[in-house]
Amino acid sequence: MRDFSNRYIFVFSTVMIVIVAVLLSSAAMLLQPLQKKNIELEKKQSILASIHVEVPRKEADKVFEKYITSSFVVNAQGEKVEGVDAFNVDMAAEIRNPVEERKLPVYIATLDDGSKKIIVPLRGKGLWGPIYGYISFDDDYNTVFGATFAHDKETPGLGAEIATKQFQKQFTGKKIFDENGNFTSIRVVKGGAPAGDPHGVDAISGGTLTSKGLEAMLRDCLSGYVAYFKKQQEQK
Amino acid sequence: MSEKEPLFSSKNLKLITDPLNTNNPITVQVLGICSALAITVKLEPAIVMALSVMAVLAVSNVVISLLRKSIPPRIRIIVQLVVIASMVILVDQFLKAFAYDVSKQLSVFVGLIITNCIIMGRLEAFAMANKPWPSFLDAIGNASGYGLILIIVAFFRELLGSGTLFGYPVMEKIGLYNIGYENNGLMILPPMALITIGIIIWVQRSKNRQLIEEK
Repeated sequence: MRDFSNRYIFVFSTVMIVIVAVLLSSAAMLLQPLQKKNIELEKKQSILASIHVEVPRKEADKVFEKYITSSFVVNAQGEKVEGVDAFNVDMAAEIRNPVEERKLPVYIATLDDGSKKIIVPLRGKGLWGPIYGYISFDDDYNTVFGATFAHDKETPGLGAEIATKQFQKQFTGKKIFDENGNFTSIRVVKGGAPAGDPHGVDAISGGTLTSKGLEAMLRDCLSGYVAYFKKQQEQK
Repeated sequence: MSEKEPLFSSKNLKLITDPLNTNNPITVQVLGICSALAITVKLEPAIVMALSVMAVLAVSNVVISLLRKSIPPRIRIIVQLVVIASMVILVDQFLKAFAYDVSKQLSVFVGLIITNCIIMGRLEAFAMANKPWPSFLDAIGNASGYGLILIIVAFFRELLGSGTLFGYPVMEKIGLYNIGYENNGLMILPPMALITIGIIIWVQRSKNRQLIEEK
């Protein structure tokens, strides 16, 4: 094999790096708008899924406009925070803050029959990675209307079952406050919640740690909204 | 190799056909097993993975082959890695923009194409010493050999594990559930991919005795 001088090796590496850098950064810049759009559409799809509206990704924009009538951000004291766009709140960053300091996005949806639903985002830890989703409430700010969960890398067939309809439909009709108005959240009960329990759903067999993570996520994320929900209930 | 050699001479064709069978990167050389285990739960991601590996390997092989005389041997591994890594990032970016669902399913495994031993193996063993056209064929052959096994494994895992093919509920349509059939949840988990590959290797060796090592 031919011998190459050190100078040649340096020049070769430098030229190679510059070419590669230009190539990759231009590809990233050109494709970024499309990628951002995909992420945004997926988010809209899951927000809509929490109010039982299933749409293909292409139509997510239009349907989102139709149903989601307003969105805003509140704080843990139940006051509206001005000047923050609910859609762009980074949940992964927010849940690292204590509840009192978080920005809490709220989406208001108006369904075809004119009923008002309140959607809030959730994010927490599963067994292997983050789990997240949206949960919607009737306008008594207590009864769950629907919920949707997703995950990055929970075990297929076990923890990953949280992303299935069978698991998610259990949440409909559950309540997050008891008769005295105390915040109870929703428990995910191993071995099955007693029939008629308004605050519990069945855990996934074999997916105990993911179930526990989901329960913690619900309690943690929803606790921030207690003040806001109470205020709304009083106003009624 | 003479300049006038036809594009698809028998020697060149062997570059494509050998890796499909007697020199298969997965079942004979046992390379690239990690990704074969991880993304073969369903057919669709397996096919996209196979195509992604083919794109990365074909371009990298040709690029390295074109540069083979000017790459200083002392930094050749680094150069190979840079070429592979840039290709993988490009593929990843394209999938995120145009096939978002699939890119989510493949998640980290697109990035891990970089560490797929098949690719570095072909660059180092073939492209560094051959002309661009044979290198291209070699890349297509090896990626097809890899993809072939991936698709076979994914076929059985999706069919037996989820009862579907490309998401179409085959088992339900032929009415197996009504007579008490149930999906085998174990097929979805990684160990069954290894066992499926093991069975493929077994079948291949019993049909093709020359592959069996002498004791």
